[in-house]
Amino acid sequence: MSDRPMLEIAALQKRFGETEVLRDINLRVGQGELVFVIGPSGSGKSTMLRCCNRLEEPSGGAIMIDGRNICAGTTRDLNRMRLQVGMVFQGFNLYPHLSVLKNITLAQRKALKRDRAEAEAKAMEMLGRVGLAHKAQAWPAELSGGQQQRVAIARALALDPKVMLFDEPTSALDPELVGSVLKVMKDLRDEGMTMLVVSHEMGFAREAADRVVFMDGGVVVEEGTPEEVFGAPKTERARAFLSRVS
Amino acid sequence: MDRFLETFFNATVMARYLPDILHGVGVTVLLAVAIILAGVAAGLVLACLRTARLRWLNFLIICYADVGRALPPLVVILLFYFGLPNIGITLSGPMVLFVVLSATLAAFAEEIFWAGFTSLPRGQWEAGRATGLGSLQVLVWIALPQAVRLAVPPLVNRALAITKMTALGSVIGVSEILSAATTAQSFSGSASPLTLGALAYLAIFVPFVIFARWLESRFAWKKA
Amino acid sequence: MDLFLDQFFNLDVMARALPFLLQGLWMTAKICAAVILLGLVGGFFLALGCLSPRRWLRWPAVVVTDFFRALPPLVLLIFVYSGLPFAGIQVSPFAAVVIAFFLNNSSYYGEVYRAGIESIPRGQWEAARSTGLTQAQTIGYVILPQAVRNVLPDLLSNTIEVVKLTSLASVVSLGELLYSANMARSLTYNASPIMLAALIYLVLLWPLVRLVSRFQRGLAA
Repeated sequence: MSDRPMLEIAALQKRFGETEVLRDINLRVGQGELVFVIGPSGSGKSTMLRCCNRLEEPSGGAIMIDGRNICAGTTRDLNRMRLQVGMVFQGFNLYPHLSVLKNITLAQRKALKRDRAEAEAKAMEMLGRVGLAHKAQAWPAELSGGQQQRVAIARALALDPKVMLFDEPTSALDPELVGSVLKVMKDLRDEGMTMLVVSHEMGFAREAADRVVFMDGGVVVEEGTPEEVFGAPKTERARAFLSRVS
Repeated sequence: MDRFLETFFNATVMARYLPDILHGVGVTVLLAVAIILAGVAAGLVLACLRTARLRWLNFLIICYADVGRALPPLVVILLFYFGLPNIGITLSGPMVLFVVLSATLAAFAEEIFWAGFTSLPRGQWEAGRATGLGSLQVLVWIALPQAVRLAVPPLVNRALAITKMTALGSVIGVSEILSAATTAQSFSGSASPLTLGALAYLAIFVPFVIFARWLESRFAWKKA
Repeated sequence: MDLFLDQFFNLDVMARALPFLLQGLWMTAKICAAVILLGLVGGFFLALGCLSPRRWLRWPAVVVTDFFRALPPLVLLIFVYSGLPFAGIQVSPFAAVVIAFFLNNSSYYGEVYRAGIESIPRGQWEAARSTGLTQAQTIGYVILPQAVRNVLPDLLSNTIEVVKLTSLASVVSLGELLYSANMARSLTYNASPIMLAALIYLVLLWPLVRLVSRFQRGLAA
């Protein structure tokens, strides 16, 4: 684990009209680190994650990816930046009108301008990594939720991102399908991917996270290793939350 | 019964006016095709422009679509055909018919495509943006194919209803099927040309209706 | 620009034509009332026919529906108005308009009802029948109320089409709104009366068109 931050969030603020969702968030994710974000619903976790590739426009502060501020720059810079930040959504968001293979090649070909053979080879490689090489020609509707989410992960990985964001990747899944997705995430971590994960899978956090961040009311309340945060939470709010969920 | 056949299915009369009616069929089909192509294309462009969410542009597009759907086409046809020459713009009958009906279809098509766009889950746009595609690329490769698929059944029904209105051309002297049939009727003093005209319309539009039915059943089937 | 205003928005001409147009509007309202009521009832029975398990009922209903969907309403109107007298049946313009548009619109309303009834899951029928309701009671108390709610936007948009359709009655010289406007135009050599008629249609129908769009968005959300 090197100390160079791959993702750095500084004094991030986000308002929706009058409501202040994020107030002064500061967070560093080192290269190859898996940082896990927990907190009650409405605490702003997802909003923070969505600011990291500007699906939400931050109201203030800065977000650096590999040392570059992503809040500045033109639309073209924005699209290029998004290629470096992979995102996995709660609802998978596969394109229902395209086959699994085409789902993975679309952005490679249109945004990265890879040629067809290269994009397909990459797609097959990524499908292999998530254990779904045999589903390349299937349609999203034919897959289980867990398989769809793994395809979505392959779609993001195919663009060779520097950071992967996971927005509650398992909360829309049936319990028996959660394991397959978590396994893929664990493999990714072991291969050295930088990951920022918002999730309620506390067991996974204990096992795989380098650091755990507890958010509430739009601020980072507590931060530490899994042992510190889960074993001996320092703040009352974290204690209350953890006793409710575990 | 004989008298009925004699009046509505007089073979001699029908044979005499068949060429006129067939010419009318040609005009009707040509106009129908032109109206569908222009109307659907314009409606699609308007709906795509609307996804850019520019305030003033959207206001204009919405007004256009509302007015186009609220006004009876015959009113606009008369307004164009009788009103415009007074200010020095003279359009031929077929031209007025083409402009008014394709503009009407464009208004409906815009709403249908837009409904397709809005029924797409937000996540589809976000997934596209998150993988580094630009707005135009997301529109073309992700949103449009899905919106078009949703739009096809209602669009076919609407296109059918509007191309049937080419019969309004008879009011402003376009030599389509109905006007050929009514002219023949007054010359021959027989109702048979009207029957022939009605049969000609059925020949053109019944396949259209069956196609619409087939599309709809296929669509419903997929949902199940 | 002055010429344009004078020809299309001549307030003087509009003011003179207005009483005439309002008379026409009354006729339009009468046609609408008759056609909408008859169409709603006729369409209901056509829809039941189209959905009937009995083939001898279903096929004729489908053929009738498609026949009138394929035939332009103006052709039907001319056929009824100038064709029937050849067979010795005289019809007044009003009767011709109502008959022709009733036939045309029953098909359209019928298709709307059918889509609505088909949108109700099988389980609703089964639940109703298993609690001892008859088929007619099931339709009346369980299926139709849900079906109508599901297709309310389509019913409304079809009703808007009926109002627009009545303008065709001017072709057979029935003194409705557009006919009155066109008469006024030919008397004044000025298009403003037709523009006024267009504005009246807009005032009447724009709110309904907006409502249809609102409904559609509501369903999408």
